[in-house]
Amino acid sequence: MTDLAALESETLAAVAAASDEAALENVRVAALGKKGSISALLATLGKMSPDERKSAGAAINALKDRATAAIGERRALLKDAALTARLAAESVDVTLPVRDAPFETGRIHPISQVMDELTAIFADMGFSIAEGPDVESDDYNFTKLNFPSGHPAREMHDTFFFNPGPNGERKLLRTHTSPVQVRTVLSKTPPIRVICPGRTYRCDSDQTHTPMFHQVEGLVIDKTAHLGHLKWILEEFCKAFFEVPSVKMRFRPSFFPFTEPSMEVDIQCRRSGGEIRFGEGDDWLEILGCGMVHANVLRNCGVDPDEYQGFAWGMGIDRIAMLKYGMPDLRPFFEADVRWLSHYGFRPLDLPSLAGGLSG
Amino acid sequence: MKFTLSWLKDHLDTTASLAEIVETLTKIGLEVEAVDDPAEKLKDFVVAYVIDAKQHPNADRLRVCMVDAGTGAPVQVVCGAPNARTGMKSVFSPPGTYIPSKKITLGKGVIRGVESNGMLCSAAELELSNDHDGIIELPEDAPVGVRYTDYAGLGEPVIDINLTPNRADATGVHGIARDLAAAGLGKLKERPIKPAQGAFPCPVGIKLDFVAEDAHLAPAFALRAVRGVRNGPSPEWMQKRLKAIGLRPINALVDITNYVTFDRGRPLHVFDAKKVNGQLVVRRARAGEDVLALDGKTYRLDEANVVIADDNGVESIAGVMGGEHSGCDENTTEVLIESALWDPINIARTGRGLGINTDARYRFERGVDPAFCIPGAELATHLVIELCGGESSELIVAGAVPQPNKTIEFPWSEVKRLTGLDLETSKMAATLEKLGFLVATDPADSGRAHVRVPSWRADVEGKADLVEEIVRIEGVDNVASTPLQRLEASVPKAILTLLQKRVRLARRALASRGLIEAVTWSFISKDRAELFGGGKPELALANPIAADLSDMRPSLLPGLLASAQRNADRGFGDAALFEVGQIFRGDGENDQRMSAAAVRRGTAKPTGAGRHWSGRETPVDVFDVKADVLSLLAAMGVPTGGLQLVSGGPAWFHPGRSGTLQFGPKNIVGHFGELHPKALETLDVAGPLAAFEIILDEIPAPKAKPTKVKPKLELSELMPLDRDFAFVVDQSIKAADIVKAAQAAERNLITGINVFDVYQGVGIPDGKKSVALAVTLQPREKTLTDIEIDAITTKIVAEVTKKTGAILRG
Repeated sequence: MTDLAALESETLAAVAAASDEAALENVRVAALGKKGSISALLATLGKMSPDERKSAGAAINALKDRATAAIGERRALLKDAALTARLAAESVDVTLPVRDAPFETGRIHPISQVMDELTAIFADMGFSIAEGPDVESDDYNFTKLNFPSGHPAREMHDTFFFNPGPNGERKLLRTHTSPVQVRTVLSKTPPIRVICPGRTYRCDSDQTHTPMFHQVEGLVIDKTAHLGHLKWILEEFCKAFFEVPSVKMRFRPSFFPFTEPSMEVDIQCRRSGGEIRFGEGDDWLEILGCGMVHANVLRNCGVDPDEYQGFAWGMGIDRIAMLKYGMPDLRPFFEADVRWLSHYGFRPLDLPSLAGGLSG
Repeated sequence: MKFTLSWLKDHLDTTASLAEIVETLTKIGLEVEAVDDPAEKLKDFVVAYVIDAKQHPNADRLRVCMVDAGTGAPVQVVCGAPNARTGMKSVFSPPGTYIPSKKITLGKGVIRGVESNGMLCSAAELELSNDHDGIIELPEDAPVGVRYTDYAGLGEPVIDINLTPNRADATGVHGIARDLAAAGLGKLKERPIKPAQGAFPCPVGIKLDFVAEDAHLAPAFALRAVRGVRNGPSPEWMQKRLKAIGLRPINALVDITNYVTFDRGRPLHVFDAKKVNGQLVVRRARAGEDVLALDGKTYRLDEANVVIADDNGVESIAGVMGGEHSGCDENTTEVLIESALWDPINIARTGRGLGINTDARYRFERGVDPAFCIPGAELATHLVIELCGGESSELIVAGAVPQPNKTIEFPWSEVKRLTGLDLETSKMAATLEKLGFLVATDPADSGRAHVRVPSWRADVEGKADLVEEIVRIEGVDNVASTPLQRLEASVPKAILTLLQKRVRLARRALASRGLIEAVTWSFISKDRAELFGGGKPELALANPIAADLSDMRPSLLPGLLASAQRNADRGFGDAALFEVGQIFRGDGENDQRMSAAAVRRGTAKPTGAGRHWSGRETPVDVFDVKADVLSLLAAMGVPTGGLQLVSGGPAWFHPGRSGTLQFGPKNIVGHFGELHPKALETLDVAGPLAAFEIILDEIPAPKAKPTKVKPKLELSELMPLDRDFAFVVDQSIKAADIVKAAQAAERNLITGINVFDVYQGVGIPDGKKSVALAVTLQPREKTLTDIEIDAITTKIVAEVTKKTGAILRG
């Protein structure tokens, strides 16, 4: 039996000495493999008498079990150690910077954003969006809109003209989006509810004017639309657009050739520093022009002004963007300076909606 | 249009305060742009006596003055003015005074160790003149302690109205007073103007020398002489009013014409009768005629201008500006007073053409009251005799004063129809009458009236104009906001057109790829337009605002490329910009297109710009913008089944690093690639630059489907398997052709082909490349046997070899 005890201590020592899983496997093969030392002892059992076999068998099998258990424990230990070492080796410096996602750096221009805001508001009110060409005829830009030829009101528009074509017609760049109203009334049967956002041009350039700018106009034509409805729409629009619970507006009689009566609209505000707040304060800020569509305009577009009536309004998209978001100057809107665009632009997934709020 | 409060009160009997008047003016459509109230602005400045002025102990240029400002004890003031001296009278402002020119409120101070309790002021500090040289010096009898504005008579508030072009009647104080009276702010003072006596025949005749069709250019011309006048400075009250509204007094005769212009909106002209040679002829100018006008400039005229001439030549540009030669000066003893009517459009054109802006033009181009033509001449005559003496001739009138007789049939219900405002008929009628309309109720229908328009309201043409008159006087604030009901009581319907949706999606999709949206000018320089296929004569502006903004853009790329360069010049070379906007192919209304384009510069790749520890910094290239444009199409949900990609693009792209996207050869939708070095050189921009441009209108619309149901999803139970192939082909062979050939070999089972390697170099002959494909096979009904797989493999190799000359790499 001393043989067994010696074998056991020898084997367990070898197990304890194995420094990695491969060495441990060698120990296991040497002890428990086909030709292993413990396996060899078990092979001797066949040649023993039943009595011998009974006592020796139990002892040898007990030795085998202890060796197997020791190897198992040692293997688990070595596996853990190996994993720990691997993990240590695999560690990285997680403070290294990652790249910005493209949608973090991409931007939507404030004009596009505001157009989407306008769309969200007016689509809900049942308006559709009408568009027309930038290169317009004198007829649609002026004559049909009741600008008599030679009238000083035409001059106030600082129109960009093209050279006369072979037929003598002189095209121009639309000075307002109103020709889209003409096109809409000519092509559709009332009731009409549209907004017309778009690019407009005037031959004017200084601190507050650029030769190209953006306007949005609204038009309602039916059999009952009156000034009271116009006031309501504009009040609701201003509250929704500027995202304030209330606004105070002042309607001043004014003059536009294509509306009668005509009004300019001021909105009450408070200015402090570079910031403008609406719905409070005692300053007035002009934001739009409006009026009942002139009978001559309706007639010029083939609509009987005694049967149908309606109203229209117009305002500068760039201007309301500046008022809402606080850009101090108009000119940088068109300068494509990435510093300005990154700062004043909007994230690509900031989709204006009435459900989620126009500006998030 | 400017006027003073006292001037207004000449025409309006009112107790209203300045604030009420200002508020009412704006409310009724005569928008007050500014009120300059010197009495209010300068209320703290007082007349003061300098008891003593001593040299400042610590400053050579300063004096220490003891000032009596009427407050009892003398006040000590440090003053830097060279003229500050003992015994003078000047203007003093105590601490707390707002100094307009400096936009500060004065405080107590210590100047070089000496206390100073206020300031002695210069005229410039009060914004009364530009005189900075010293403090104001007042006469010895100026009363100490009295407000300076009271002493100097500066108390008049000046109101400046931003007049809309339709309101010719409000170009005179009288017309403004009429509006205010109608709005309930007092009573209009109407003073009949009696004809002046005609002591002798007018010594100068008038001839309206026009062909019949030009008669409208000068419908009437009234003329009168006053002889024995003494023309000196006009009286102080008149000078004060003229100065208050920014006019420079010249002499009594000229000042009278200016005064009546503003008082009544009636421009006049005066000639020195002694300088007029022969009779006055009103006619079209002759091409090349010159006139030295009253502004001291010589104008070259042509047939478009109307003039008043005599035997000497042109004496006056009708309705715009008089001539220097026959102007009135201190030596004038006999004056000719002209009150005429001119054609508004012709006056506007002449003024614009010659670049002359005068108070006369301002009124004539809006249309003056024809009925006041002769009263205007009479009023001026009375003023001349009153201020300059003399006796007047008979008034002669050439032509005939038009008698406007416009009557509007007006149903009173029109006010409610257009405004929602429900007013008593009598109230509406009263408003119109106060404005000078004659209202006669229709005897057969009390709901209607015949409304005669006064001669001074040529702008009132129809029913809506009368509605405006009533509403503006009533106050638009009284119109109640009324909710506009939806046309249908339902959830709002989708309203965007396909193109509108694509434009919106395009912007969001491109921004999501890290591109920044720019909005650039619709017009670019002619050479840039030409470089990008534009520059047609019909798209060149006749009056561009600048030479580099002269032609409508045929493409968004020139603007974006220039923008990228400007950013690079500022130190931001890795710009990634896009624009979605209009481009122009002609001047027809269907020649405008909606384009989406992007430019990537430097290292502004979709994965990020600039150096990064995770990988090498590489310049933008054709594949970056190819990825942009394809992801844009995907984001817009464009069915790409019919989309073809052809190598090469327009001349501004690198011929070997660009591609064209088309739905068939006749429907090219866009291009992408690196820019041609020559184009960059012409544009004066530097790369690396890659760009794409795609025309959103040209992309086919998806097929309409009856329902929103998606096609049924077929999922196989069987595992897909991949087989790799490496083909050696000529360098010129396109990867797309290899893929297409492989796909054609087995249409049913091949569900994907991926090009996973392209290799040139060791092991591959010169002029050849190796293209490796991973082909995915999806078994349909049963697992494929090795024999079946081998058969497919063989077919693929055979097909690719046949189509491209490829050799399977061993």
